[in-house]
Amino acid sequence: MRIQPLGDTALLAELSTRLDTAINTRAIALATALKKRRDVRQAIAGYASVTVQFDPEQTTHDSLGAAIKRLAAKRPPMAEPGRLHRIPVNYDGPDIAEVGERLQLSRERIIEIHSRPIYRVFLVGFVPGWAYLGPLPNELALPRREVPRTQVPAGSVAIAGRQSGVYPLPTPGGWHLIGRTSVKLFLPDSDPPCLFRAGDRVKFFSAQP
Amino acid sequence: MVEAPGLLTTVQDLGRPNAIVAGVQAGGAMDRFAHSAANLLVGNDPGLATLECTLRGPTLVAEQACLLAITGADLDPRVNGVPAPAWTSLLLSPGDRLTFGGRREGARTYVAIAGGFEADRWLGSLSTNLMAERGGMHGRALRAGDSLAIAGEATRPAVAGRRVPEQLRPSYSNHTLYAIAGPHLKRLDLESRAALFEALYQVSSMSDRIGYRLEGPRLAATGEELLSFGLVAGAVQVPHGGQPILLMADHQTAGGYPVVATVVSASLPIAAQLLPGDELRLEAITPEGAQKMRRALAAALETLRGAA
Repeated sequence: MRIQPLGDTALLAELSTRLDTAINTRAIALATALKKRRDVRQAIAGYASVTVQFDPEQTTHDSLGAAIKRLAAKRPPMAEPGRLHRIPVNYDGPDIAEVGERLQLSRERIIEIHSRPIYRVFLVGFVPGWAYLGPLPNELALPRREVPRTQVPAGSVAIAGRQSGVYPLPTPGGWHLIGRTSVKLFLPDSDPPCLFRAGDRVKFFSAQP
Repeated sequence: MVEAPGLLTTVQDLGRPNAIVAGVQAGGAMDRFAHSAANLLVGNDPGLATLECTLRGPTLVAEQACLLAITGADLDPRVNGVPAPAWTSLLLSPGDRLTFGGRREGARTYVAIAGGFEADRWLGSLSTNLMAERGGMHGRALRAGDSLAIAGEATRPAVAGRRVPEQLRPSYSNHTLYAIAGPHLKRLDLESRAALFEALYQVSSMSDRIGYRLEGPRLAATGEELLSFGLVAGAVQVPHGGQPILLMADHQTAGGYPVVATVVSASLPIAAQLLPGDELRLEAITPEGAQKMRRALAAALETLRGAA
């Protein structure tokens, strides 16, 4: 594990550099354990890391780093299986034809592959309600668009690399838009204000008959 | 009453760190020192809501007697046309008009009122989140005709003439930002590493409360793409193309670009007062050095908690 400062009041503990469900489970468990400490203000799990904001009057990078290593060495409690969300998708996104051409796949085949797995919510972040979902089957892996869109409509279902996601708000974005859903992911008047939480599972299905 | 809103005037407090887990930006005042000092000057706790006024201040008319303090950038504050002292608590009478003549130094000025401004609470904070359109004044910047109410009573006696001594006021003209080496510094080649801590960078026009895009020597980062991780304010990211971005209060909660340095907490108030076109330089500092700076700011605020 690499533990390094993020300024004078935070550090980044990197458990691994691999996209891996077991490592993500460990990162979430570690963040949960760290949040209980009095010297920790905030602990956020990434894919394979934990960003820890601490009270610099109560601890230092070194002593908190040592405590993190001790916590990480412990066997994490059995993770509860996350909630399962079933998300209807109209697979009529503006990029689905281009994705099909580049991968030599029919639209029906893209739908079949994209809606086959149960995805894991690795991390909620970036913008309110955005969830990084994965792993996306290799057959659909494509690098991000060369030129990101300046505005992507909310509800757009997108893919990039080994990941999928749903834009919760109209934001700029560089992923390939293959569909859209009417399910709201950002729920500003609920607490927490998002549908998906780290560790949840997501199954897409085609909304068309 | 808001007679004119200014360029971008928003309600801010110390943000909503507990909402990061939902991908919601922590937000809050860009210059936490000026924000907290303004509150303490009028007898408030540091976490109450103030107005963050950007570059061109608003015109506010007092509807009742109230105690204000104006800190941060010098936008030439005036009460009924007469220059008003900054970093000092001021008593306004009904009908008094607070205006700002124009920017003289810094980018963001803070207006606190004894008792704090009333505003929409969202996820534990009154801060305005412009992206989610929540918090503060209905999730938006102030508009002409808005009415601002006082939330409660000040916790300590509201006294006019309480001031931050000159020597404790930050200088916004020195644009050196102290930074600690970031977790991915080694992804930069040696030339880029040297440039990062030596070259002058200019705050570009693509700069706002989310972050500042910096123009200067391009930084060459190598290595495969990183998995997204949690970010903090002050982080200096290097996206594709090599033009670094300094993350500020409304930064995205997670990202996957290398973080090559992080501006320390005591330098963030100075960073908050930069505007497009300003030049800045990063200077390496140890965690111990950063602690000294942080404690000096905390001690300055502590002196304001005492009696007038």
